[in-house]
Amino acid sequence: MSPIQNSKGIIIPDQHSAPNVAYTTVIFVSSQTMSKFVSIFFRLKSNTNFADSLRRTSLRNLNVRNLMHNRYSVSFPLLCPHRCSSTTASIQDQTIDFPGGAVEFIPDMRFISESPKARIPCYRVLDDNGQPILGHNFVQISKEVAVKMYTNMVTLRSMDTIFYEAQRQGRISFYVTAIGEEAINVASAAALAVDDVVFPQYREAGVLLWRGFTLQEFANQLFSNKYDNGKGRQMPAHYGSNKHNYFTVASTIATQISHAVGAAYSLKMDKKDACAVTYFGDGGSSEGDFHAALNFAAVTEAPVIFICRNNGWAISTPISDQFRSDGVVAKGQAYGVRSIRVDGNDALAIYSAIQTARQMAVTEERPILIEALTYRVGHHTTSDDSTKYRPANEIEWWRVVRDPVARFRKWIEKNGWWNDTAESELIRNLRQQLLHTIQVAESVEKPSLADAFSDVYDVPPSNLREQEQWLKEIVTKQPQEYPANIYV
Amino acid sequence: MATLFQAPTAFSASNKFHFLSLSERKRQMFVVRSDARMNHLPTTGVHSSLTQRLLTNAVATKADSPTSSKTGHELLLFEALREGLEEEMERDPRVCVMGEDVGHYGGSYKVTKGLAPKFGDLRVLDTPIAENAFTGMGIGAAMTGLRPIVEGMNMGFLLLAFNQISNNCGMLHYTSGGQFKIPIVIRGPGGVGRQLGAEHSQRLESYFQSIPGIQMVACSTPYNAKGLMKAAIRSENPVILFEHVLLYNLKERIPDEEYVLSLEEAEMVRPGEHVTILTYSRMRYHVMQAAKTLVNKGYDPEVIDIRSLKPFDLYTIGNSVKKTHRVLIVEECMRTGGIGASLTAAITENFNDYLDAPIICLSSQDVPTPYAGTLEEWTVVQPAQIVTAVEQLCQ
Repeated sequence: MSPIQNSKGIIIPDQHSAPNVAYTTVIFVSSQTMSKFVSIFFRLKSNTNFADSLRRTSLRNLNVRNLMHNRYSVSFPLLCPHRCSSTTASIQDQTIDFPGGAVEFIPDMRFISESPKARIPCYRVLDDNGQPILGHNFVQISKEVAVKMYTNMVTLRSMDTIFYEAQRQGRISFYVTAIGEEAINVASAAALAVDDVVFPQYREAGVLLWRGFTLQEFANQLFSNKYDNGKGRQMPAHYGSNKHNYFTVASTIATQISHAVGAAYSLKMDKKDACAVTYFGDGGSSEGDFHAALNFAAVTEAPVIFICRNNGWAISTPISDQFRSDGVVAKGQAYGVRSIRVDGNDALAIYSAIQTARQMAVTEERPILIEALTYRVGHHTTSDDSTKYRPANEIEWWRVVRDPVARFRKWIEKNGWWNDTAESELIRNLRQQLLHTIQVAESVEKPSLADAFSDVYDVPPSNLREQEQWLKEIVTKQPQEYPANIYV
Repeated sequence: MATLFQAPTAFSASNKFHFLSLSERKRQMFVVRSDARMNHLPTTGVHSSLTQRLLTNAVATKADSPTSSKTGHELLLFEALREGLEEEMERDPRVCVMGEDVGHYGGSYKVTKGLAPKFGDLRVLDTPIAENAFTGMGIGAAMTGLRPIVEGMNMGFLLLAFNQISNNCGMLHYTSGGQFKIPIVIRGPGGVGRQLGAEHSQRLESYFQSIPGIQMVACSTPYNAKGLMKAAIRSENPVILFEHVLLYNLKERIPDEEYVLSLEEAEMVRPGEHVTILTYSRMRYHVMQAAKTLVNKGYDPEVIDIRSLKPFDLYTIGNSVKKTHRVLIVEECMRTGGIGASLTAAITENFNDYLDAPIICLSSQDVPTPYAGTLEEWTVVQPAQIVTAVEQLCQ
């Protein structure tokens, strides 16, 4: 049986939950009445030392030792005359110094509710029709930036569609789409500086795209050919480019959050005008790394921006099964991190929030947590069929009605910066380009055998050299047993 | 001379250990001279200048030579580690330390004592208790250009950092195609101590040995502790440096000149003819004690401190096996999946033709380390067992 909570937030235990205790009677009191009760009890004589010491000591400097000696306790059952001492001073004024600072004393036994009265509001600039909301404040962007943002969002969308198709045709083994999250990807990248180091999860290809990674480079990584930066060692969609300050994606969830804090610490030591940025999903916020990293970032005052793409799903786990807090933004304050909740499908809101956050992070040397609310329109990856755990009409609604790309398009068209002709031309070009990149990437050789053994260390040690030699001999002796395009 | 000694508890004040005084003896602490005295540089040997020349160990002599020169300075192992750390931090401003209580507290074994006041709070960072997170933080910092040293208060705690060490530290250089390197050093005390309980007596080298991309070294004397610490910091690869809880107060005279040891080399402790005894870390001292008994019984054991746990120095080990044809491995790891198990496999694969007898591997049993002193002693290989094993091998 769960305890009843009265309007003042005082938990009154239920009859059945607490037998043999004096306080099974239900008492509804206001805090005023409560203090009256308390002061009445205080007039009862019990331990005169406490009364004396109270009168002597300034209330603000009440120290623990005095109180402990006199067995005064706030968390007492409601009716216990023997434990209180008399005093004429007001109890509400007392503070007490514990490690961590002074806290105010209250006679009310007040439990903080597990959920706030209202959820933390969400910052948004454009409405669903792409019109700026009245009373908005946002960072104005120029036509060039806006058009570049839009074209990148469309490119990301096309890239995702075509590469996804390629996986379905068996041309690549695996792919991860970011459909529905284009605004988060591109607008956040647009608001950052080139020197800001990015630690992605795996659904942020748009950030790399913005920074100049070419479509051919994306395709090379997907096909694991010899031009891949990663030399064919990582799964598709695990991009990485030190040139673009985009750290190689690892499949592990949330480990990059700790890395970002380390990088921010490094930037702070070097006094660079840059911050670290890391992305993760709602699911990633459950990992231990998330909590420790936020804590560390706050304690070390590291210039890092934590961007949570709360897209509602962690594979098949909805957020109701992921956490019971008010989303991820509520956790920021718990760690001492400044935070904001943003409409993740509103490119302008994302842009404004991140640019402001970056400014704060770098100049004030503090971490910022941004929760971008959005929806994962695509499947988790190509290995997933999300219609198995969520209704198809829900997916469709988010894909069409709440599309971030269409919404932004409406805004730039209203400004006269875009039109239908430009749109169709863009789409046509992209399609041609992407198909071409796939063709080229497919035909390039795979990395050589030596690339399986290099970069494990800076210089291959003897055991690796031996193992490589052994493998080379085997492959050369029996070439028919191995794929024809193995480059020894 | 006793090789067993009463190690101080983790949090006792260490500044008293600088002086060998009557008060020290009253507290029943025996300071062990590491038997590596034979490996001191001969007075006529090569001395490195301030350039970073690699000084390998000098050719050791069989007989008990008197302590070579009176040059150099005496210090304890934890001080040697600190000296190495301090020299590297002075040399390269990118070197930084992070861990629990490493800052103003000076580290639970006082390896980082005095560094925070000298280099500042940012370079000697006190972290909250989240090993996975601060190891991850070290990896992120390393990828962005720093050279961090992550201290695990006890190696066993780094089990919490296994994900970061295995999946990121070892892998990211490889999976990024060589774009991002991770020159991190992860160090801390491990091994069976004096009644520290099962959770504080872990031998993590056996768990970490499979991780591709990392190097593992174990120090055992102040001389090699400082040399390996410097080498680990200068290495571009992630290195895990295993220290031992009971060896921190070993005293030795080490050279004044700068020296850096090789991370992949084993150390010849005592050359011999009859049997090769391979060991590392604390077991080196049990082996040397057994060696005295063996010498009295007429045996001539060759003792090698393998030092490099990953990769094994099969060159030195191989040469020894080719000479003696008998191998005994003495380790503190557990029987199953320990360093000894891997070493046995490596030697058998490579030098099977040179062996006259099967390799004997003495290791701890596959049990959690019990707290009771007698029980704990029985789980660790004792010198008497080593003597028996050699006798058995040499039949």
